[in-house]
Amino acid sequence: MILEIRELTKSFGGLKAVEEVSFKVMPGIILSVIGPNGAGKTTLFNCLTGALLPTKGKIFFEDKDITGKRPYEITEAGIARTFQNIRIFGKMSVLENVMIGQHSRSREGFVGAVLRTNGFKKEESEIKAKAYEFLEFTGIEEYAETRAENLPYGYQRRLEIARALATEPKLILLDEPAAGMNPQESIELMTLINKIREWGKTVIVIEHDMKVVMGISDKIVVLDHGVKIAEGTPKEIQSNTDVIEAYLGKGFEF
Amino acid sequence: MNALLFILYLSFLSLPFMGIKGALWLLAVAYSAYIFFLLIKKSSKAIKAVKLPHVRLDTKILYALLLVLLLALPFGLKDYYIDVFILAGIYIILALGLNVVIGFSGLLNLGFAAFYAIGAYAFALLAVKAGLGFWGALPLSLLITTISGLILSFPALRLHGDYLAIVTLGFGEIIHLTLNNWDELTNGPNGISGIPMPSLFGFEIQRLSHYYYIVFMFVLIAVFIIRGVYNSRIGRAWLALKDDEMAAEAMGINTTKYKFLALSFGALWAGLAGTLFASKMMFISPESFTFMESVFIVCMVILGGAGSITGVITGSLLLIVLPEVLREFQLYRMLALGTGLVLMMVFRPQGLIGGRK
Ligand SMILES: Nc1ncnc2c1ncn2[C@@H]1O[C@H](COP(=O)(O)OP(=O)(O)OP(=O)(O)O)[C@@H](O)[C@H]1O
Ligand SMILES: [Mg+2]
Repeated sequence: MILEIRELTKSFGGLKAVEEVSFKVMPGIILSVIGPNGAGKTTLFNCLTGALLPTKGKIFFEDKDITGKRPYEITEAGIARTFQNIRIFGKMSVLENVMIGQHSRSREGFVGAVLRTNGFKKEESEIKAKAYEFLEFTGIEEYAETRAENLPYGYQRRLEIARALATEPKLILLDEPAAGMNPQESIELMTLINKIREWGKTVIVIEHDMKVVMGISDKIVVLDHGVKIAEGTPKEIQSNTDVIEAYLGKGFEF
Repeated sequence: MNALLFILYLSFLSLPFMGIKGALWLLAVAYSAYIFFLLIKKSSKAIKAVKLPHVRLDTKILYALLLVLLLALPFGLKDYYIDVFILAGIYIILALGLNVVIGFSGLLNLGFAAFYAIGAYAFALLAVKAGLGFWGALPLSLLITTISGLILSFPALRLHGDYLAIVTLGFGEIIHLTLNNWDELTNGPNGISGIPMPSLFGFEIQRLSHYYYIVFMFVLIAVFIIRGVYNSRIGRAWLALKDDEMAAEAMGINTTKYKFLALSFGALWAGLAGTLFASKMMFISPESFTFMESVFIVCMVILGGAGSITGVITGSLLLIVLPEVLREFQLYRMLALGTGLVLMMVFRPQGLIGGRK
């Protein structure tokens, strides 16, 4: 198991945004989390990455308890994320954005930086070289010098993925990576997510587009009003009457 | 349009101080300044449209020329002007330190004069009461200022934006009051005198120009070190923190640690500036470290362009040298500063030189 969630609950005042959710994730798979608006998907991600403190429950990453750790510690441990509403560093170049992703994988401090030691220069050029690799991997290397906020929307989402990959995670969480993309871009994104998996990473993705979800997932978890109402392969989910009724409404077909 | 309204408002405010005539005069001046800016803005567009032959000046040659000019400066100038440049150098170091906090890391500090004061007093007390010389007291004074920066960080870490500004403002006032009232240690409002000037390799400082070179050397060191740190993963972490704290954490940046680093690293330079100021003046008193002083340093950082080292140096130079050159207008200094900053906010929010690109 790369990730195990046990009876996770997050309440905001009286509202239980996530309630008693448990599931396990095998390494190397693509798992989709689906559910209607306000189902608690993003809240789940925020708890997993330390952005929110769970009200109850435990999270284990590679059998280690990571509940209540700070976000940077969780990134260091090997979980990366992207945000539903893009949060790139707009005033910096695309390349610099990705270089920042390398932060926890580099060491040099004040002395190296001031004296420009050989160790420092070597590390800097490694950071840069790796950053270019991630830009190539996500297909935006030609924009390396562009100011990030000037990137077209679809590429900003790719940049977020590149930046998350630059933290060298084992598990990557993508929050609606296809939101606002046209069908063509969505298809390219599916290819990219598959590529990430083939590279040996585990992927958890929140997605509304059922074509994308059914096309790439090994496993699907369905949330509704904070509660997990189903879990299974795409086939199982498609024929699950609970899901169809609760989530998609009667008479819906995949 | 907003700018015009603001000018009207400003003139109205000045009515009680300057009388009707003065207020009208101010209105006229501010208004012409506004028109002037507009014209410049238009014509700069026009100038850009005319394709000038591209002159390529090697930046290295440019820097070398500048260095020679600055080294030669004391030879051609009266002592009075050397004095102004020494002061400018001290303020450049101070503003560069605050720029680490505001410009790089986005933490608004309105009590920066407190660290300037701590540096000056620590140095003065160590040098006068403990009898350490300049070079003995300097490192200790830097250490004390850096530690005080760390101490201020504790309450500041959980705060953002306006709240942080208010806490730092309070810190500045506390230090100022302490200096004024702790008679046994600081000698209260009477200040401390008899502070030694540095000697270099057994060579005593006798002329103002010698002190100019010492300050100049420290400015170079400050620029060198701050630039090095800025262009490293530490500087990138600060920029990320300033841009989006949540995203920065998600990138594996311990934002608490980097706030600590920014506040204490910034304070270090205030300590150096305070030390140089104390030994230059040979006398210090709490009067030099008021809230207005903090505001003045913030203005230097913002005017030139927060985040840009060249910008901050330009800002400090402008704010120190211009008022001295235009001495007759002393009275209107604060007014001009205010008007200038407002005009800047309207036309160039990123500062004269501007932050990143
Ligand atoms: N910080 C917060 N404070 C209070 N309520 C919150 C907070 N964050 C989320 N909520 C509430 O929790 C519920 C779940 O929100 P969440 O963002 O997790 O849903 P989601 O499944 O990601 O929805 P969407 O598909 O719209 O992104 C919503 O009712 C939301 O209003
Ligand atoms: Mg969401």
